Amino acid sequence: MDLLIFQVPILMVQASLDGALLGILFALIAYGMALQWGVMNIINIAQGEMVILGGYIAYTMYVMGIHPAYGVIVSPIIMYFIGWLLYKLVINRVVDRDLFISILATFGISILTQQLMNFIFGADVVVAQSNFGTTLLFDDMVTLPNAKIFSALVGIIFAIGLVLYMKKSKLGRAIRATSQNARAAKILGIDTERVYAATFGINAALCGVAGALISITFTLHPYVGLPYTVRSFMIVIIAGLGNLPGVALSGMGLGVFEEFSDYILGTEFRIGSVFTLLVLILVYRRFRLSRKREYLE
Amino acid sequence: MWVTMVSIGYRCSSGIGLSGERTIDELKINHDMEEKMLKIFHKTLVTTVSVVALMATAVTQARVDGDTITLGAAVSETGKYSTNGKHTRNGYNLAVKRINEMGGVTVGGKSYKFKITYYDDESNSGRAAQLAERLIKQDGVKYMLGPYSSGLTKAIAPVTEENKIPMVEANGASRSLFTKGYKYLFAVLSAANQYLEVAIDLAVEKNGGKPVKIAMAFEQDAFSQDVRLGIVEAAERTSSDIIIDDKLPKELNDMAATLAKVKATRPDVLVVSGHSKGALTAIRQISEMKVDVPMLAMTHCDASKLAKQHGKKSEYALCAAQWHKSLSYSDGFFGDGKKFDSDFTSEYGYAPPYQAAESAAALLVWKAAFERANSFDTEKVRDALALTDMQTFYGNIKFSSAGQNIAKPMVLFQVRCEGDECENRVVAPTKWASAELVHPIPKWSDR
Amino acid sequence: MKRNNLILYGALLVFGLLAPFLFPAFKLQISFMWILVILALTWDVQGGQMGYNTFGNILFFGIGMYICASTQIGLFFPLEEWTASGGEKTFLHTPSQYFLGLSAGLVLAGIVPVVVAALIGYGILGLRGHYFAICTLGLGIAAGELAGGIEIIGAGQGMTAPPWPKGIGDTEFRSEFFYFLTFITMLATFTFLRWAYQRRFGLVLNAIRDNEDKAEAMGIHTMRYKILGWMVSAFFVGIAGGLVGNMVGYIEPTEIAFAGATYGVFMILMAILGGKGTLWGPVIGAMVFHIFKEGFWTFFLGWQYVALGVLIVVIVIFFPEGIMGWLREKFPERFGEVVDEADRKAQVVLK
Repeated sequence: MDLLIFQVPILMVQASLDGALLGILFALIAYGMALQWGVMNIINIAQGEMVILGGYIAYTMYVMGIHPAYGVIVSPIIMYFIGWLLYKLVINRVVDRDLFISILATFGISILTQQLMNFIFGADVVVAQSNFGTTLLFDDMVTLPNAKIFSALVGIIFAIGLVLYMKKSKLGRAIRATSQNARAAKILGIDTERVYAATFGINAALCGVAGALISITFTLHPYVGLPYTVRSFMIVIIAGLGNLPGVALSGMGLGVFEEFSDYILGTEFRIGSVFTLLVLILVYRRFRLSRKREYLE
Repeated sequence: MWVTMVSIGYRCSSGIGLSGERTIDELKINHDMEEKMLKIFHKTLVTTVSVVALMATAVTQARVDGDTITLGAAVSETGKYSTNGKHTRNGYNLAVKRINEMGGVTVGGKSYKFKITYYDDESNSGRAAQLAERLIKQDGVKYMLGPYSSGLTKAIAPVTEENKIPMVEANGASRSLFTKGYKYLFAVLSAANQYLEVAIDLAVEKNGGKPVKIAMAFEQDAFSQDVRLGIVEAAERTSSDIIIDDKLPKELNDMAATLAKVKATRPDVLVVSGHSKGALTAIRQISEMKVDVPMLAMTHCDASKLAKQHGKKSEYALCAAQWHKSLSYSDGFFGDGKKFDSDFTSEYGYAPPYQAAESAAALLVWKAAFERANSFDTEKVRDALALTDMQTFYGNIKFSSAGQNIAKPMVLFQVRCEGDECENRVVAPTKWASAELVHPIPKWSDR
Repeated sequence: MKRNNLILYGALLVFGLLAPFLFPAFKLQISFMWILVILALTWDVQGGQMGYNTFGNILFFGIGMYICASTQIGLFFPLEEWTASGGEKTFLHTPSQYFLGLSAGLVLAGIVPVVVAALIGYGILGLRGHYFAICTLGLGIAAGELAGGIEIIGAGQGMTAPPWPKGIGDTEFRSEFFYFLTFITMLATFTFLRWAYQRRFGLVLNAIRDNEDKAEAMGIHTMRYKILGWMVSAFFVGIAGGLVGNMVGYIEPTEIAFAGATYGVFMILMAILGGKGTLWGPVIGAMVFHIFKEGFWTFFLGWQYVALGVLIVVIVIFFPEGIMGWLREKFPERFGEVVDEADRKAQVVLK
């Protein structure tokens, strides 16, 4: 137990801001997961690897001398096609199957991707430099790296853009219709196959954006994807499918929770506490649901 | 809510079964069916036995075959240690190539060539231990080289020890390796607790001999935790205070919380160790969060190419290393450090971190031991290894009775920049110092 | 039991008993094969028979491993000294201490996971489908992370299991000893499950898999059976964990004990490869997987994970019913199914 945070209250501001900015990144990844889960009933374990792959695309640009921030435009475009390809190769064969099959199949994709990234980009831990500088608040006591602010802004822009797209565009409507009732959508002439491919592509693109942002705020390595997958899964569970404000809020909540548990329990329990929280939330949810069930009986 | 509940329940219970819904009667029949499956299993069993038998016949590879001496090694090609695994492998390979080119190993008047049998330990200690067993029992390897990282060496050491197979390892620095009375383990590197002790002593010295306040963050693995032990002991010795003591989970690439605490408590020294990821994350966030500490001590600066990846942001970071190219040791194979550096760079396209240098040195130790033992008997070779006392380009090597190299000091270097070019300059020990230690580190507002 | 089967069981038994002498260099690997068989068999209790796809059985593996090693040491020596500063001290067990400690450790390695399964079972087994899968995934990872923060069991530094005592035979004897322990454990697991599946227990598990709500509506206390099933798995997995800890000699929280990324996934793959929901499927799956892995894995040098990834995708897409399921489809007559040719021809594949 470390109570420094209570002795120096300004740390709470720091922790909350850090957590919230981190949370927006999580929320972006989680939104992609919620989308494909809701529309295709697929849980994608390779989500984290797609994020890292997106990061490597931005990193490659940085190595070529282009500012990595442009990665938030290039990376989703490339990732969209990778996602689309992945759908055509593997995912379309597991869409109508049991959820567990999709979990396992995407798990296979995830270790495959890790290893391929290891071969292509090397196993070195890498960073891309944005040189955005830092914003100082409260007499220099609270620091906000501009890269993090930038990523939060980009995250928000993409989220809003996506909501508008889903509401207004033809494809967006088709996606929503398919998620409500795939058979009915099919009968009404929607090419659900195309919708699924597009959904998976959009999800991959969102991961690409998040990855590009991670490359300028954190570090990249082929084997660090899984924590992102699990966090986004947790956010979706808490928020529910198709609930964007909920995803954003629970994403930020998770970020703040992580930072605070880091300060209070100690860094060694930071990841452990996230997973423990996941278990607790699921068990709580089960008891709440079973109470409802008994009540209805 | 009730509806969703039911639908979720239905989806799972109907979807996951082997063949949808079945009645209880059918289930009873199933058990009879399974008995029938046994027949088919019979075939599998026969195949199993024959495959295993086939594998058994393959175990005839001798340790010395014709004119080759086979050394065994499990090194990470995949997983979190794959970068450093690559450095290790390249170091081994370069040394094997060089020794073979220069006449090989002479035993009993005959010249032999080195060959290394590699397996990929997947950065997993369980796997490493299994592979060591496999190398010894099935591939008939009698002489071992170490894996990368302390954790993996700790996993392999019990296996080699029980089978009485000598192992020269170059990347397992954990002190607990040398307190268990292992007789067949020899390490060419200094123990992990010595990595950053010197930094604490330096800080105390610069503080006018008064105790300092130490903040530290170490990854949750065997090596980094051993470095931490060294710091804890140095702190006790100098009666310094440890005010922050964080342990970073292996998957974590965010140290913001630790650094915010550092900012709030203003320690005199900040110590960070967590392989390449720890070093890169720390520098990124320290520079972003403008954390001002008089001294920043780290490990793995050269393995992570810190000076290249972070440039000026990494300036003044103080790094512990087993070796640096400017050290004035030399041998007959690689010449001196500078020569090794240029040879390695032309062979593999990047400058050798100390992990590569110490790995190469392990092969030189093997060669010398074989020639002194003048035999392939593992006991005789082990005894010859124990008596090693030599100089290599990497440093002097002389083993204590516990197998630890006691003849070589650690090197501390500081990242220094001229313009945008940053490089590592040795600051301690003073014998090789090519730059004066900058202390305290200038504040971020002045940089 | 038919005569044919008797011969088969006999052959397997003879193979198991003679293997360490026929293939002395492979003792450890065959021991690990039995361990994998245990893991696949026990995973199948949930994943195959009950339809609950768990990622979390590795929890019991890790608990068993730590409990066993801690008991072995803690009975005779102060545990905190053993694990202090990265395990620098080593105490030597006398042979009698060693075997007493090992047997006590293995018993506890079985019992403690059973208690844990009973305690958390009510909360967790109430979840369904993917919620259950992900919750158990979280459980396994959380356990590893938390174990990495506990000082008395060595935290991130790991701990060593007691070394083989001096004066009781060489390493060959040690390998043989552990070989037979794993073989016996495997036989016990198999026999017990075979017995249990033929009882009401097995039928109820299958009923839960096929339709839990209906089973409940028919008056079966499904929750009791689910917890019971988990306790059975926990018991055998815990003992397997205790054995592996001793065989490897070094216990690391996330890589060996709570090794979700290796054993945790392998046990699922093996069961699916062999054919989940059958008694022999996991056994065959584990053997095929292990032989494939040990035989070819080591020669890929880095590409093995690419191969594994492709393998997983291919297995789950094209052979979700596993080897047994495939055989059954190919040779239904051998499995005692009566096939009407006209009926078979009349079948249309529904898309």
